[in-house]
Amino acid sequence: MQHKGKGGKSILRVLAMSLVALWLVIAAFPFLWTIWGSFKVEADFFSKADWANAIYGIYTIRETGGPFTGNGYFGAWIQEEFWRNSLNTLIVVSFTVVISLTFGTLGGYALARSGFRYAFWILMAALVFRAMPHITLVSGYMLPFFEWNIWGILPTTIIVLVAINQPFTLWMLHSFFLNIPKDLDESAMVDGCTRFEAFRHVIVPVMWPGVITTGLFSFLLAYNDFAITTMLLSEENETIIPAIAGFLGTTQVEGNVMFAVAAVVSATAPLFVLVLFFQRQIVSGLTAGAVKG
Amino acid sequence: MTPTLSAMVLFIALPIISVFIQSLHIQHQQVIVVSESCGPFGCTKTTSVDTEATEKLRSEQPLGQFNGFNTYTNRSHLAFAEIVEAWNSMPDTRTFLDRVFNLPFYKALAFTLTYTLVVTPLVILLGLAIAVGVNALPKIIRGPSIFVSLLPFLVTPLVGSLILFWMVDGDGIIGATLQLIFDDPSLSLKASTPLMWIMLMVYGVWHTLPFSFITFYAGLQTVPQNTLEAAMIDGASKWQAMTYVVVPHLMPLVYFVTLMLLMDNFRVFEPIVSFSAQAHAQSLSWIIFNDLREAGNPLFGSAGATSMMTIIGVVILLTPVLIRTWREFNRRVK
Repeated sequence: MQHKGKGGKSILRVLAMSLVALWLVIAAFPFLWTIWGSFKVEADFFSKADWANAIYGIYTIRETGGPFTGNGYFGAWIQEEFWRNSLNTLIVVSFTVVISLTFGTLGGYALARSGFRYAFWILMAALVFRAMPHITLVSGYMLPFFEWNIWGILPTTIIVLVAINQPFTLWMLHSFFLNIPKDLDESAMVDGCTRFEAFRHVIVPVMWPGVITTGLFSFLLAYNDFAITTMLLSEENETIIPAIAGFLGTTQVEGNVMFAVAAVVSATAPLFVLVLFFQRQIVSGLTAGAVKG
Repeated sequence: MTPTLSAMVLFIALPIISVFIQSLHIQHQQVIVVSESCGPFGCTKTTSVDTEATEKLRSEQPLGQFNGFNTYTNRSHLAFAEIVEAWNSMPDTRTFLDRVFNLPFYKALAFTLTYTLVVTPLVILLGLAIAVGVNALPKIIRGPSIFVSLLPFLVTPLVGSLILFWMVDGDGIIGATLQLIFDDPSLSLKASTPLMWIMLMVYGVWHTLPFSFITFYAGLQTVPQNTLEAAMIDGASKWQAMTYVVVPHLMPLVYFVTLMLLMDNFRVFEPIVSFSAQAHAQSLSWIIFNDLREAGNPLFGSAGATSMMTIIGVVILLTPVLIRTWREFNRRVK
């Protein structure tokens, strides 16, 4: 679209620009507002009288002596022991990502080289899992888990998350391995490598872009999950997302909404960093499915 | 390979079967014992719960009693009896529908479907418009604008909806401003069903718009420039070039985005928890969650029945798109 018109066409252009500008404000403002507000006291963050209070922090100065306060963070992390939940999240998320990538790379590679018409069926399985509200599956897991006495612990949750993740991981990695030319590992095998050695020495060095993209999405699924973690974890094993939901019930009553606000900002921070560093991979992963169909 | 496949069977097929079996059962009644104690003023009967016997029964048969399809037809699910009753006693269709949509299952279904059918087209149209807009921006601004756009989509749904909720709540910045504009201090999310529905849908659009925007933006990069230029030379206006060249080129993407959005929107759940919207809006996922959360004694049967019906709903919703994918796939394989 190199031909830029004059007159009537530029109105369309201005319209498009303002739409984009409006969207960017709508997308970013809630985050900026909440991050800023998390360093204030409740009377400022929810300032019914005058929204400018939230900016200047009138009540924050009155109550704490400075325009910014870390009380919310102190309350959430130390008093409500949010660090424990973060530790649980770290365990759950890292195990989920590592396990699903291990199975995903081996399985995806085998599928891509088998030449068998699996592709449609994995795609279907991935779709089914994508389509099914996770909570419908959870109701199937809960009763057996209660009966076998494995409800409420981290390993069970990790296994369930891996399982839900697996069809998608397989699909992504399978189509990624299809793009690596067969000649590459076949020539290695002609030179005397076994199938596994060919995988180890030829494929592994070139597979990282695909693995990173897939890993990012596994991370997001495990990190963002609420339905599974809230139903399958006991209170002392809770990860951060159910813990935040728990804050809503307890701290709001005690007038400690700012704890929840601080926890929410803390939970968003890792995602922020993730997008900052991996924007390109995320975009390519999002559109990979679309472009290939 | 085999471990992955068996894990898939284990964790997809079995839970569904397990859900189905659960849905055919109902939790045990408490065992009631009637004891008679006779005193000087005659005998009195007291009834009490035999906790021990109840526990024993529960641990012997954790599934509960077999109940067939009765859970599906009871009041909190398909409610056949209540509908027939409402139909027979109601003079006009309006009151009949009012009664039906007050039944828990239909209430949730109504919200879920409205949400899905409002948010999906909105997100596709707005996403396309923004993609075209960003595509016209200078290259330097495109990167940052994609970065900003990704945030609402990647943020944890529960967290994202909380962030919005705190802003639109009666005391939040947007909520308070709305009260000022309409000069109505009682205007509040918690008190108004229409406002709650609108805000939930606003959240839905905010959360999923980036996905459609980025997919369309990637699609725009592949529009054949030759065709576009030919159209321009032949005197097509920008708008015509858009509707006759760009949009048809993006059609496969529109199908893809529709499929994804239908799936995501149909399971709307977290915002209802964050907004504490259950008094005004419930979704199918939320009523399953609510049944399972029932303290100490989860209603597995009820949750199972709703789950099965939700799964059927997903299948119905996706059938047209699935048939299309199947055809495309076969065409490509041949």
